[in-house]
Amino acid sequence: MKPAPFAYAKARSVAAAIELLASNDARLLAGGQSLIATLNMRLSQPALLVDINGIAGLDRIALTNAHIEIGTLVRYAQAERSPEIARAAPLIALALPHIGHTAIRNRGTLGGSLAFADPAAELPACMIALGAEIEIVGPQGQRAVKADEFFKDLFETALTARDVLTAIRVPVASGATRVGFAEFARRHGDYAMVGLAACAQADGTRLNDLRLAYFGVGATPVRARKAEAALAEGDVEAGVSALAGDLDPPDDVQASGAVKTHLAGVLLRRVARQLGRAAS
Amino acid sequence: MRITDDSPPIVSALDRPNSYIGRSVPRPNLARLTQGRAQFVSDLTLPRMAHVAFVRSPHAHARIVAIATAAAAKAPGVVAVVTGAKLAKVITPWVGVLTHLKGIKSAPQYAIAIERACWQGEAVCAVVARSRAEAEDACELVEVSYEALPAVADPETALESGTPVIHPELGDNLTFERVHVGGDPDKGFRDADAVIETTFHFGRHTGVTNEPRAILADWNEGEGRLTVYQGTQAPHMMQNLFAKHLALEEHQVRVLTKDVGGSFGIKVHTYADEMATVALSKLLKRPIKFVADRIESFVTDIHARDHRVKAKIGVKNDGTITAWEIDDLTGIGPYSVYPRTSGIEANQIVNLTGGPYTCPNYRARARVVFQNKNVMCQYRAVGHPIATAVTEGLVELAAAKIGMDPLEMRRRNLIPDDAYPSSGPSGIKFEALSHHESLAHLDAMMDYAGLRAEQKRLRAQGIYRGIGFASFIEVTNPSAAFYGIGGAKISAQDGVTMRLDAQGALICHTGVTEQGQGAEAVIAQVAASSFGVPIERVRVITGDTDSTPYGGGTWASRAAGIGGEAAWQAGKALRANVLACAASILQAKPEHLDIRDGAVVDRDGGNERLPLHELARIAYFRPDTLPPGFQAELVATRHYVPRAWPFAFTNGVQASYVEVDRDSGFVKLLRHWCVEDCGTVINPQLVDEQIRGGVVQGIGAALFEHCIYDARGQLLNGNMADYLVPMAAEMPDIEVGHVVTPTADSELGAKGAGEAGTAGAPGAVMNAINDALRPLGAKPLTAMPFTPGRILQALGRISESTPT
Repeated sequence: MKPAPFAYAKARSVAAAIELLASNDARLLAGGQSLIATLNMRLSQPALLVDINGIAGLDRIALTNAHIEIGTLVRYAQAERSPEIARAAPLIALALPHIGHTAIRNRGTLGGSLAFADPAAELPACMIALGAEIEIVGPQGQRAVKADEFFKDLFETALTARDVLTAIRVPVASGATRVGFAEFARRHGDYAMVGLAACAQADGTRLNDLRLAYFGVGATPVRARKAEAALAEGDVEAGVSALAGDLDPPDDVQASGAVKTHLAGVLLRRVARQLGRAAS
Repeated sequence: MRITDDSPPIVSALDRPNSYIGRSVPRPNLARLTQGRAQFVSDLTLPRMAHVAFVRSPHAHARIVAIATAAAAKAPGVVAVVTGAKLAKVITPWVGVLTHLKGIKSAPQYAIAIERACWQGEAVCAVVARSRAEAEDACELVEVSYEALPAVADPETALESGTPVIHPELGDNLTFERVHVGGDPDKGFRDADAVIETTFHFGRHTGVTNEPRAILADWNEGEGRLTVYQGTQAPHMMQNLFAKHLALEEHQVRVLTKDVGGSFGIKVHTYADEMATVALSKLLKRPIKFVADRIESFVTDIHARDHRVKAKIGVKNDGTITAWEIDDLTGIGPYSVYPRTSGIEANQIVNLTGGPYTCPNYRARARVVFQNKNVMCQYRAVGHPIATAVTEGLVELAAAKIGMDPLEMRRRNLIPDDAYPSSGPSGIKFEALSHHESLAHLDAMMDYAGLRAEQKRLRAQGIYRGIGFASFIEVTNPSAAFYGIGGAKISAQDGVTMRLDAQGALICHTGVTEQGQGAEAVIAQVAASSFGVPIERVRVITGDTDSTPYGGGTWASRAAGIGGEAAWQAGKALRANVLACAASILQAKPEHLDIRDGAVVDRDGGNERLPLHELARIAYFRPDTLPPGFQAELVATRHYVPRAWPFAFTNGVQASYVEVDRDSGFVKLLRHWCVEDCGTVINPQLVDEQIRGGVVQGIGAALFEHCIYDARGQLLNGNMADYLVPMAAEMPDIEVGHVVTPTADSELGAKGAGEAGTAGAPGAVMNAINDALRPLGAKPLTAMPFTPGRILQALGRISESTPT
């Protein structure tokens, strides 16, 4: 379990990182919680690692009226301790304790999780549920991509080989915002067998702009749009039934697709209670 | 009358002044381990040392057509690229059979595969380089052409005529078969009011050690000597095997085993890659190191427990068990593992099933078959978790069928505590066990009646909790009956050499080994107590075939019971020698003297007569002052092997309390109890740690651990993310209680405690889950691990034909 030989460069600015990414077969190194394991198992063998951990300013959490902006190098542990995230992005605060273990959360970054885009990871689904924007800087400058369009396929995102994900922008939760999060993992800290991140705006008993983002059920996080429609009307059981049309999870070593679909329904009932509880 | 306190007091026969027996003294190796100053093989470096990495077969079964090594040989840092054919010139193959397992057969296994790879992960080529990283880089340049062959994956079809025979020269894929009939099973089943029949499945899993397998071999051509630093449980066994297969004599081989980062039975076998490492050192005449990485550990460390057991019990309406029947089938990979064989696990299942109970009517068949998966062999509590889960699963299914409380069912069938000596349905002999007293202790400890009331109350609220039990027996302190009589050069006896040093401290060499379980502490406690010094003045030396007495090492829960008794006897012998010397100095009679707390004292009254450092000074530096003709002998060696009984069986009972979520199929472990009887408890804390750690490994089997193979013999989850070892967050509090029935086979009276936890936990958890789900009409769960999917299936939440 030794990585294949690679070169290493430490970038001091985003521009420098983009410059370094121009060389053939380069990869960004952030928290390294996924990349280092794949290197050691020789599942990936990049020629150059571009370390962005030394770039100043990428670990800021900034709050404006409309958005909370989370820098790409914000570590899970830092986010867990952030009162701004707890207040403005309570869904992320709900999800964080489910991510790995303390050692992983001390090192792993929010930006790294999105860029890696593991289909069973918590944060990509949270971004979709929250309608977040992903800020990207590339050779042509800066752009923002909506979370719904960011996750393309298994470990594939809107990032090109020369892009740096620099920040995440999440709309600030209002008094009407309702969030819910639950997942099933065989052991605490494991990637979920299936999980659900949800966000809505309450309007009396109605849930507007309801977003149900499942993870661990396909190549990317999956919006359960039929279930959303049913649940928005307050019919949880119709939502559970609708999941069969929304989700088609493949079998994996922890659970078959049938088990995942069943568990997705159990999660929906639990998350629906969370969304309702918050409303009352 | 036996003692049933949870922290048993010092047993009277051993109650010498300043005794450490029965006290939770801290381990002497604790500071070394916690300060990072332990000597693990993984950390060792030697001058001129090179590292080996192996090219491993990606196929479960394939002919090796050609191996192109030229590109790898030219890679940076590479010392040598060695194929199986080349290595076979320095090391001979081996065959894992024992003569007392009648009919067992296997094929010659080579250090590196030559013609065929027979499982995914078998080494086909070695690359030696300056660093492990360079060796791995060069491995990628070795081009192996394979011709894929059909893989035998499913034991159920391994013996069918259409299935390829893995080793054609053996005639079929049957490794070993044992049939046993005890009493009159046919009559037993005829006499039954109810017969319950089911099939149990046990998931293939493995022991996951903190430190992987590690070996550093150093052949010194000038000295004609091979020094091997190895993380092993059995240094003398390995010395014999290295010598035998490298055409050396045993005195030419020195095996050194200092600290080992966990073993669990994984490190007591001959591994092809470790044998290859030793052979490479001889071939290349320099130190070669191999440390298995986690990924290769999953496909090379022995697996265990892959069994399908069809089982049947007969029971009368009054609860009397009338008959047992089992049909066990297990696939053990392409080779029977050397030298202990892969037939022992199935053999133990036949031996142990029904063991705690009086019913003698028993029919058993066990078949062990070859297949193209990683090899299986002995892992902690060999066969016990399976035999116990089958027996206890049957007992609770029978109790449910006749509507009897599961504890009452056991009270009516467990061998009475006053019926010993006794024997089990397979004919195994018991010296003295305490099933009923253990059960009574457990009943009180867990407040069984209170828990049942709580369970009933919560069911009314839609919360489904279950209570499950497992009575068990455990094989410990094995005599030569285990391996020696089958022709294996595995020592059943063990020895301790004690020396008084020049300042009156005790230097203690033992043949048993330290794996992190605390053998050093136990030997130090016994030595200090037996001889009479403070424990701080005892230094224990283990794991060096040049200097420690010949012994078996650490396995089958033998270190405390066998190694401890050798230390007890050596301490007595050295005390007698020292007192002879003291008597001649003091002009007293030795029988009027004793050694207490580091000084020679008057036996009566305890007045100090001579500190040991003064005695040592005189004996070593001024022997001229001793009487003419008197020679002080300040070294003594004693050996011990159990002779009266082939094994010192222990017993106990476990209980598990779980909550099952009927919606998700998830199991929450609420509490776990174990009452065990390992005879004299030398160190209560270490015994409790052994029980708790063992229970956790048993829970791993019940709920989490599973080496999942596909139909082509490919391991699908061979990494720490997908193979689920039990973790602290999911574990319940584990309460441990003791009943003490010492063995009369030794003065110390200690039996083993290393495997009791693992033996009982899976059955207890299984029974608890089924108890929780019974009111829901769920089909009893009998296939481990009990995943959410399997539980949902039993509850009818997902269909039975759907994969889980």
